[in-house]
Amino acid sequence: MASRAVSITSAGLVTALVAIPLFAVFSRAGGVASLGAGDWSALRFTVWQASLSALLSCAFAIPAARALHRQRFWGREALVTVLGAPFILPVIVAILGLLAVFGREGLLSQALMFVGLPRIHIYGLHGILLAHVFFNLPLAIRLILQGWQDVPSERFRLAAQLGLGPLAMLRVVEWPVLKKSVPGAFLVIFVVCLSSFAVALTLGGGPKATTVELAIYQAFRFDFDIGKAATLAVLQLVFVGVAAAVLLRLVGAPRADVGLGRDQVFLRKSSRITTALDAGMIALVAVFLMGPILAIVWSGVFELTNLPASVFRAAGHSLTVALVSTGLCIAFALPLATFRAGQMVSLFGFALSPLVLGTGLFLLIQPYANPFELALVVTCVTNALMALPFAVRAIGPAFSQINADYARTADMLSLLGGARWRWLYLPRLRRPIGFSAGLAAALSMGDLGVIVLFADPDRATLPLQMYRLMSAYQMDAASGAALLLLVLSLGLFWIFDRGGRRGVGS
Amino acid sequence: MKALLIAAGIFTATTAVVQAETLTVYAPDYFTSEWGPGPTIEAEFEKVCDCDLDFVPGDLLPRIMLEGQNTRADIVIGLNTDVTAKARSTGLFADHGQDNGKLELPIEWTDTVFLPFDWAYVSFIYDTTKIDTPPASFDDLRSMPRDQKIVIQDPRSSISGLALVLWVKAVYGDDAEAFWSDLAPRILTVTKGWSEAYGLFTDGEAPMVLSYNTSPAYHIAFEDDVTKQAAIFSDGHYGFFELAAKTSTTDNPELADQFMAFVLSDTFQNAIPMTNFSYPSAQPSSEWPEVFANLPAPDKALFFTENEAEALRAEAIEEWRRALSQ
Repeated sequence: MASRAVSITSAGLVTALVAIPLFAVFSRAGGVASLGAGDWSALRFTVWQASLSALLSCAFAIPAARALHRQRFWGREALVTVLGAPFILPVIVAILGLLAVFGREGLLSQALMFVGLPRIHIYGLHGILLAHVFFNLPLAIRLILQGWQDVPSERFRLAAQLGLGPLAMLRVVEWPVLKKSVPGAFLVIFVVCLSSFAVALTLGGGPKATTVELAIYQAFRFDFDIGKAATLAVLQLVFVGVAAAVLLRLVGAPRADVGLGRDQVFLRKSSRITTALDAGMIALVAVFLMGPILAIVWSGVFELTNLPASVFRAAGHSLTVALVSTGLCIAFALPLATFRAGQMVSLFGFALSPLVLGTGLFLLIQPYANPFELALVVTCVTNALMALPFAVRAIGPAFSQINADYARTADMLSLLGGARWRWLYLPRLRRPIGFSAGLAAALSMGDLGVIVLFADPDRATLPLQMYRLMSAYQMDAASGAALLLLVLSLGLFWIFDRGGRRGVGS
Repeated sequence: MKALLIAAGIFTATTAVVQAETLTVYAPDYFTSEWGPGPTIEAEFEKVCDCDLDFVPGDLLPRIMLEGQNTRADIVIGLNTDVTAKARSTGLFADHGQDNGKLELPIEWTDTVFLPFDWAYVSFIYDTTKIDTPPASFDDLRSMPRDQKIVIQDPRSSISGLALVLWVKAVYGDDAEAFWSDLAPRILTVTKGWSEAYGLFTDGEAPMVLSYNTSPAYHIAFEDDVTKQAAIFSDGHYGFFELAAKTSTTDNPELADQFMAFVLSDTFQNAIPMTNFSYPSAQPSSEWPEVFANLPAPDKALFFTENEAEALRAEAIEEWRRALSQ
């Protein structure tokens, strides 16, 4: 079948984009390096903090997503969009925003001291977890919410008619939903946190919080031991592979769902207690996520009008890169979302350290062309790779569900190949595609990825320009640039996400 | 005949374009940005060289190591003494050919390959509104009140962080680890690079940060802010020198030599202080901008040669890591 060939080609391309640069680094380095005791302890710590971060993010996301699914209120849609902001912030901006609220001199400490209590000490494992939950809770909420929304509304209506109590509801309706969406959400967050470096170090308070990515950076930058950098990167990949194999097995195969309704209309006969609990949960999440975001807005908003023209030019370059890499990302993601191994493959592009990927690409390109002239092209491709697991994660379950529901009918109708995509899949995948495109665009806006080796001398991206302002002591202007970046990223996310939801109902 | 003339005209025009040679200069991102010294230096050098100066921004050491003999760089500017051993070992750099006697540095400079173009003292910068009596030595620093916090950079990922552990090593030698153990509770956190740490400082999260003694010049000159000051230690301060070098693979050796000479010229040196916030390397303090001449500075410079730094680096970082991991 043609679509099968496309899937395999896509998987092959993504694998090659990861494997060939990695191979290039190893062959240059002359083989695998041996690791010291410090590296192994960094590895243990990295896996430990990533597991805890993913666990906590999902634990908070489940009730939050359920509350957001059950309750309808004014501004809900805007809230769901804005809650996504932390995930797409550049790391340095997020750190400063978080500390403006939770830091030693942050708002929370100030409030505590005002009422005579000691200030909070945020630096430590708990600080790392707080930061990682801050970044990833929005993603977890969206992925789990997506799972809920893909359940035909008849099922909720039927459950309500049958008068199922909360426990029965959990067992019959909600558990299958969670089983399908939570392991995937856990997996991508685990992978995100595996590559944490600046956040883990700063919020962790020092070298106790040494992660593998720091070791890779050190090996690359100071020791120029690229063999060691690549060896560590492979270990990261192995952890991702093992985690993916275990978690994706948990998801299991989708079963056919009775009911077609995507009207999302159902009786909302929540009891007062449920409503109050849901409202409390939503408020808690909103305050937690929006506090640091508002701090970032506040510190940048008065600088927006003073930004130099170059910052806006950089914003233009970033927008171009974001749009191109979004297109690439979706083009890769659709075929990969059609089979289970595709989910695994999609993770590798993200899980491979950008430094190692960049080094490999540099080594491959350098004999044939000037890497600096290809900087933006390389950035587009690598950014597309980075967003791939999120896109496949969002589209995959919806795709399997469509197949479970309609595959037999479509087969009977001989609806195959392009026509099947045109009439069956694409209309029903609109929402996850819109969400993925939004995420890919926003992530690409904020990413510095391979810029260390591929900085275009004439066309800086917005995050790079922001870092330049910081290096030039212009912290205030940098705050303005950070806010511009936040607004543009969120704007892109909103446009795509909304485009996907139009006419589908949210 | 006419056609031939036109063709000849086009030919000469094209060769004229080809003949405008390009000097490719690798430099750190902060150097080439519009706020750094890059644009001024490019414009000024192009006035005198009849060439095209092309800055390529990015991380210097990894890039040179990856490119090896194929490097496109004619000049590499922005390395510092703590990593030059690695750079030198590639054999990619040629003698700078300049008279080291023209340099005005707090230490004697004998290197014939790497030429300093600016420098500063590694220092702790504090907020005068929050700290009344700044530490005047490392011993003061290690016995500060425990709630007086500092932010430093990680020596494994940041060049200023590395300079700090070498500075401590220069002051305490074998007792460095004991110093770090004493200081540990006063370290609020450790950051990946300078920007994060300095951002935490200007945001008010910590009243003291590791930076350079020339950092306050920015706040004084551009913000009229005199509340950020360097704490001057009687132990002496570690010198931080930024270097330029010519590659041995350059196909433009004369042009590269011309640039190396230009580095020590007043045109170049004048551009440094207000764009790179550091001292120029070849001017006496009498020629510095007033704000730099007035900055507090230590009496003594401490410094490890690159071989000493290379030999001490692993040990100094490990002592730091052990003490701060307790």
